[in-house]
Amino acid sequence: MLRGTPFHERTAPLCQAQNWRRWAGYLAASSYELTHDREYYAIRSAAALIDVSPLYKYVIRGSDAVRFLNRVLTRDVAGCDMHQVMYGPWCNEAGKVIDDGTLQRLGEESFRLTSAEPNLRWLCDNAFGLRVTIEDDSDTTAALALQGPTSREILNNVSDADLDSLKYFRLAFARAGNIPVTITRTGYTGDLGYEIWADAQQAIRLWDILMDGGRSYGITPSGIYALDVARVEAGLLLIGVDYIPANRALIEARKSSPFELGLGWAVRLEKGFVGQEALLEEWQRGPAWQFKGLELDWNSLEKVYAEFGLPPELPMIAWRTSVPVYAGAAQVGYATSGCWSPTLKKYIALAHLRSAHAERGTSVEMEVTVEHRRKKAAARVVDLPFFDPERKRS
Amino acid sequence: MAAEKRYDAVIIGGGHNGLVTAAYLARAGKRVLVLERRHLVGGSAVTEEIVPGFKFSALSYVVSLLRPEIIRDLELPRHGLELLPLESTMTPMPNGDYLVRWADHDLTRRELYRHSPRDAEAYDDFGKLMFHLAFAMKSILGIVPPNPTSLNPKDLLSLLKLGKHYLGLPAEQFYALCKLMTMSAADFLDEWFETEPLKATMSASGVIGTFLGVRSPGTAYVLLHHYMGEIDGVFRAWGFARGGTGAVSESIAAAAREFGVEVRTEATVAQVLAKNNRAVGVALDDGEEIHARVVVSGVDPKLTFLKMVDPQHLPTDFLHAIRRFKIRGSSGKVNLALGELPNFTCLPGVGPHLRGAISISPSLEYMERAYDDAKYGNFSRRPYMDIIIPSMIDPGMAPPGKHVMSIFVQWAPFELNGGWNDEQREAFGNAVVDTLAEFAPNLKNAIIHRHVVTPWDMQEEYGLTQGNIFHGELSLHQLFFMRPVHRWADYRTPLKHLYQCGSGTHPGGGITGASGRLAALNILKDW
Repeated sequence: MLRGTPFHERTAPLCQAQNWRRWAGYLAASSYELTHDREYYAIRSAAALIDVSPLYKYVIRGSDAVRFLNRVLTRDVAGCDMHQVMYGPWCNEAGKVIDDGTLQRLGEESFRLTSAEPNLRWLCDNAFGLRVTIEDDSDTTAALALQGPTSREILNNVSDADLDSLKYFRLAFARAGNIPVTITRTGYTGDLGYEIWADAQQAIRLWDILMDGGRSYGITPSGIYALDVARVEAGLLLIGVDYIPANRALIEARKSSPFELGLGWAVRLEKGFVGQEALLEEWQRGPAWQFKGLELDWNSLEKVYAEFGLPPELPMIAWRTSVPVYAGAAQVGYATSGCWSPTLKKYIALAHLRSAHAERGTSVEMEVTVEHRRKKAAARVVDLPFFDPERKRS
Repeated sequence: MAAEKRYDAVIIGGGHNGLVTAAYLARAGKRVLVLERRHLVGGSAVTEEIVPGFKFSALSYVVSLLRPEIIRDLELPRHGLELLPLESTMTPMPNGDYLVRWADHDLTRRELYRHSPRDAEAYDDFGKLMFHLAFAMKSILGIVPPNPTSLNPKDLLSLLKLGKHYLGLPAEQFYALCKLMTMSAADFLDEWFETEPLKATMSASGVIGTFLGVRSPGTAYVLLHHYMGEIDGVFRAWGFARGGTGAVSESIAAAAREFGVEVRTEATVAQVLAKNNRAVGVALDDGEEIHARVVVSGVDPKLTFLKMVDPQHLPTDFLHAIRRFKIRGSSGKVNLALGELPNFTCLPGVGPHLRGAISISPSLEYMERAYDDAKYGNFSRRPYMDIIIPSMIDPGMAPPGKHVMSIFVQWAPFELNGGWNDEQREAFGNAVVDTLAEFAPNLKNAIIHRHVVTPWDMQEEYGLTQGNIFHGELSLHQLFFMRPVHRWADYRTPLKHLYQCGSGTHPGGGITGASGRLAALNILKDW
């Protein structure tokens, strides 16, 4: 059997759809209700409560913690303020991305790093000779994401933290009920939202406190389907879907650099870190690929379907397959995630494009399969994110 | 005298390789006769009902390396080959704990994590490296070894291709390959892992079929050999043939017969007949002579050249090399008919762990000590064992509710102090059962019948010289263009029209059929 997360006792009875999936060896609900629509809209118009406990979590402590993390991550960790949170990737010596995650500065010499894949061995290997300890608290720390416009009010009501002054990508230590929690203003939805980190032993009580306190604010337990649509709208990468971690890729062509994943902004080239030399070289010659948004042209889509006497059939659940992208007859890239955006009313996709075809506004075509036939629909290259509301940062 | 039948080829030994060669030759239109000494075909790959209702894969018991091209070419599934997955490996530990590697990645990771968080991650990285190396090495499994000292353009071209192939490997893989070629399995695994039962169980692949211990240099490479197993395109998959290992041989024999091959059992070849320095046929032990244009030996090189061919037909240096060929038997087999399933203290009851392999290999030290006994002429008092319960995978192997257990045991030297006899066979069987009963205490009472096969029995009953299961040890100095001896690694022999097709030739080892297929292709080239 796969494991339930620390919240399983609460989430299991809620999961009417029984459509569990695996996430890092845990059971995760694809949706709780039979359709995921309401769960998605909760993210954008109320508050969605999402169990993100399967994330890997490492606590790094010691007098060399900053030095160590600065060596591993591409971000400038030395410039990470107390109680700041940083998102970024880390690379192998060849400058190819191994994983991406958030780094929370819990104290002068202590951090929490989250990742999508296990990274303990890589971290330990890089910590050799440094005064740091790395503790894997993946199983002992429970995590919930509370995402959506009413999330702040809910947390203000149930905790003693001053959420009004907690800025985007900052953290606060607080109590919810009397449970000690860390609240980070982060998330995977591109909306106003928070993530709450607590001892797994307190998980059930924490869930109850949030659900009780959130009832008047439309709190809705939400699953991976809803989260997936939101993260595509937010232009956020999903490991194993939008890129393959360098240490799992069987061939070179499957590996990506941060520049190729649209994470160039998170690379601080002069500071000294694993992969810097390779990345410096790549930066000088320019990356071969770029990670961009595609907006499909409605009229073109309608035409492709009209050939078969059909209206466009839209992906309400985000797809996660590799779909060719063309410029004329030549394939110039591939989309890795896509969905209908209920908020933007557009068919959007995340795509890897050869740099020559990645300029904003470039016209390309994406393959669309209609009635067992491969067709092409016109699409336009756009910058990410697709959706970026004011409230996310304000 | 009745019109004597004339064959194009006569094959000595109806083992799986002999049958493969026969099938390929007949497929090319040749008239082929296979001569098998025993009452059934299969050689070491046989299913025998030693107690009524209980079917034993008497010797060879798992399938992985059977070449996919042979399965395709001979249409073995149509001839009854069914491979069932063997999904897990459990290693019971003396402290009452266990380590299981499951088919599912998440479960295996969680299980390894319990023992060592670092090993849980190293395991994936190691698997990826071995995948790459097995993929790189796989190309040599399918080719006739070139002669590196020859100036023949064909050999040179083949060598050049190989050289380019290996020098083209990414640095990480190239150096790993160098390490594999020189290190011991234990040292190599020590570089990656810290969990003893994991290292010990993996190290076993490095010593099976060799007279070496896990700390002997060169054994690391043999690990890789075992990573080359492939089922349905999936590397490292091990399977069990429905109906036991004999079903593999039966399916090849069925394919061969369909191509027109004639198979005679209980026909013992005594001698290879030669005239004017070329083989012309064989003589059976009852004096019958069978003539054929070519003679192909599927039995091991020692048996072929030291027992069946008159030395006057062979060059002295060749004979010398064959005499030096290392073929020390190191393993035994214990097959049990059981009234009930073993109940393991570490994981009680009937569960999925009984559907996979069970490995008695708690630590590297345990493995090395088991070898130490053999080094000085004794069987291991506490041996390494690789166990499967075929009736858990294929219920047809035993009567309903009853079971068969296959126990591969190492080490058991052919050259036992005092020699093998009935008493020693029983003592060996007792050592095996006693050791296993430490982990599954109900075992002794569950035994209905015990079938013990010593290296001596393997030689006498199954025709494996010194009881070596691979027709010669799988150590680096006896592989590729050195298997069985240098210059004669291309299935040809110094006696014209006499060929070899057994496991003693490249690539050898396990039920691959590769030797048989490559031999047939070379024979046809010479035709």
